[in-house]
Amino acid sequence: MTVALSGKEIASKLEQQFPGSIVESNENSLVVKSESLPELASLLKTAPDLDFDYLTAITAVDYYDYFEAVYQLTSIKHNHSLVVKTRCYGRDNPTLPSVVSLWRGADFQEREIYDLMGIRFDGHPNMKPIILWEGFQGHPLRKDYL
Amino acid sequence: MAIANLGLNTLGRLETLPPDWPGGFWWHWLFFTVVIIAFVLLLVMGFIWIERRGMGRMQARLGPNRAGPFGLLQPVADAIKVLIKEDIVPTNADKIVYWLAPVIAFAPALMIFAVVPFQDGALLADLNIGILYVVAISSVSTVGVFMAGWGSSNKYSLLGAMRNVASVVSYEIPVLLSIVGVVLIAGSLSLNQIVLAQDIPFILLQPLGFLIFFVGGCAEIHRSPFDLVEADSEIVAGFHIEYSGMKFAWFYLAEYAEALAISAIITTLFLGGWRGPLLPPFLWFLIKVFAVFFVMVWTRTTLPRVRIDQLMALAWKFLLPLALINLIITGIQVLTWPVALPWVMIPVNFAIMAILVLLWSKLFKLGGGRVEV
Amino acid sequence: MALKTEPFVLNIGPVHPSTHGVFRMRAILDGEVIVDMEPIFGYLHRGIEKLAEERTYTGVIPLTDRLDYLAAMSNNLAYVLAVEKLAGIPVPERAEYLRVIMAELQRIASHLIAVGAFLNDCGAFFTPFLYMFREREKIVDLFEMVSGQRLLYNYMRVGGLSHDIPSEFLPALDKFVRQMPGFIDEYDQLLAKNEILLARSKGVGILPRELAINISASGPVLRASGVKWDIRKVDPYSIYDRFEFEIPTGSVGDAYDRYWVKVQEMRQSLRIIKQAMGQLPPGEVKSQVSHLLHPPVGEAYGHIEAPKGELGFYLVSDNSIAPYRCHIRAPSLMNLTALREMMIGWKIADAIIIFGSIDITMGEVDR
Repeated sequence: MTVALSGKEIASKLEQQFPGSIVESNENSLVVKSESLPELASLLKTAPDLDFDYLTAITAVDYYDYFEAVYQLTSIKHNHSLVVKTRCYGRDNPTLPSVVSLWRGADFQEREIYDLMGIRFDGHPNMKPIILWEGFQGHPLRKDYL
Repeated sequence: MAIANLGLNTLGRLETLPPDWPGGFWWHWLFFTVVIIAFVLLLVMGFIWIERRGMGRMQARLGPNRAGPFGLLQPVADAIKVLIKEDIVPTNADKIVYWLAPVIAFAPALMIFAVVPFQDGALLADLNIGILYVVAISSVSTVGVFMAGWGSSNKYSLLGAMRNVASVVSYEIPVLLSIVGVVLIAGSLSLNQIVLAQDIPFILLQPLGFLIFFVGGCAEIHRSPFDLVEADSEIVAGFHIEYSGMKFAWFYLAEYAEALAISAIITTLFLGGWRGPLLPPFLWFLIKVFAVFFVMVWTRTTLPRVRIDQLMALAWKFLLPLALINLIITGIQVLTWPVALPWVMIPVNFAIMAILVLLWSKLFKLGGGRVEV
Repeated sequence: MALKTEPFVLNIGPVHPSTHGVFRMRAILDGEVIVDMEPIFGYLHRGIEKLAEERTYTGVIPLTDRLDYLAAMSNNLAYVLAVEKLAGIPVPERAEYLRVIMAELQRIASHLIAVGAFLNDCGAFFTPFLYMFREREKIVDLFEMVSGQRLLYNYMRVGGLSHDIPSEFLPALDKFVRQMPGFIDEYDQLLAKNEILLARSKGVGILPRELAINISASGPVLRASGVKWDIRKVDPYSIYDRFEFEIPTGSVGDAYDRYWVKVQEMRQSLRIIKQAMGQLPPGEVKSQVSHLLHPPVGEAYGHIEAPKGELGFYLVSDNSIAPYRCHIRAPSLMNLTALREMMIGWKIADAIIIFGSIDITMGEVDR
């Protein structure tokens, strides 16, 4: 059974290493600041007891005040999973740091989020629209698109 | 001298037709030209039917069965459909090359039949360099295919044409060497004489040569498992992508006419041509040609296709050494075997073939092929 | 004396007999060798995620059919599992067993097409494809008995199934389960040691183990690379922990291993179906759920082992009748991430084989 790790415990662990990076946490997930996402992700991937080497999915949700990116992480070795979220504010040109250098599975998913939601990912080698055709105006999955 | 020409040519022989049979040179030429053209066109239709119906039955489905009884008129329906189709020419195509390609690809297949005997002496021209003429002419169709690939101004067709040139050139040599084995035993290059010399069909005396010729022949006419020239699933019909209408019909006909030609050559060289006990010789010829083609349809339905570098590796590293060894052994046998014991040679040759094929297949493996980029 | 040639650009697709849908590969070739490759897709994008925000929770189920249209039952199952997790709805026992039977039958059907299409790409002119389809016809007939549809079933509902199976289903299923292992053995015998198939697919398109984990591959692609990761075993959903079955794993991660894993998985699916059929309890097949479902505010991620890989639905609800956000984690999209690495250095013929062995469906990739 894949154990869903408690957000609170991981948050307290991460808070020791990187103070001030956690925004909030509860049983199911933890929310981190977008600037500290790369370092936290790197720690989550390389720490021997966490060892999250498998990025299951990245989702972006449009809550009208902010965008939230949800990262579902899994560890194949220890068979546990974690949900990490991060937020970015502002509707024109929101940006988030990219995790492609850690998990290559984020490649197509981040391009899709850019295409459909409009969130740019810094550090992505190929930030081009992937699903919609060239010349498409707008970002369809946003709540104010149609 | 020929081992098998022991003067036992008494079974099923009608009298030999003289070379100017119905009444002079020009009547002979006219008669046989008409016979050859009719023969090729009719049998190509028959082959198309055998292939589609046979392949369908082997694939657990019915083949075409609507057009005529058992679908026998299906090729006619195909021909009519293809004749009334719109003739689309790509804008960037090299017009002259594009127009000439089907003709050059089809004509050699028809010309091969000038030297294939339907009965003793019943052929358009009994050239005494018969088989050499066949080999020379059959290579000309490659030029037609390459013209088609180039003139279509399409990258896919160019790839197909390149593959074709590479494969035909590679397979000429083993095919030629296996033919030389037959020629050594028969003692003549003329196809009529080769048939006359086959008291024991040469497939029994030259089993290795037969295998090499069959595999090489399938590769030359780019039929499965070597049909990568027009591989449906990779380069979408290869060199004849941009052809439609009657020009495509020429290519389609050319493919089956070449299959017919190779079947006819195999029948003549290895299976004894028109020779057989009870039925008229023409019928025996047809039966044998159909049998060979059926085996070709069988292999097409069953086997996946090889890749181009594996194809060439098969020709140069597997078939060519075997063909050379076959030639050497045949030469030794022709020189030294006692003339009175031809039947014993059969099991000896089969044993040699089995040993060589097994040995070579252990030494030679297809596969690999990643290029460092 | 090397010949100086220039690389040229060739578009493989989107209209191509072997790209398994509308998929475009922009390959830069040097002769026949692929020097660089860029996958371009999006030709089948229908905006399912956006459409899902405008439909009720039950109304999204027909949309999920159209994702991986060759494995519609599995898509339905993933979605209703996610909704049940979100809203905390229990499922009756009989429905769970029937869901397992349907999902495993669907896995066999999908793998039959995958193997058949792979061999078709190898060049065996439709013969294995048609043999596999002959078996698939029997499965499709079973599904037609149950749901009236041959391809897009729309059978699962939130809280169970839409209706119970008819009385002729179980005898027909029994007959199928008894005949099928013989057919799989027949295909194995014809294909497993075929020299040409081995030459075309052994060692071709190797996906190393570390790369497979890094690109979030899942399903047969991941297992062929040597990672024993199957959602049915590591995170059992529904009642999969009551059945005994094995996870076939490859060793090298080449095209042949991916083919082999699929054939073995078909055998294991038959095992599961036999066990489920033996334990099927009577009862009702749907728990009482209102038509306009109002799940509590929250989010849930439900995933299953679909035939192509790990199919997951991430649902966010704000207590209204429609999902606030429905994100689909498509296995085919993830498996495509390393396509470029797998293809460089091989020839066009191998490119088609590598692509065919990954086994994607464009409905999922583009959504």
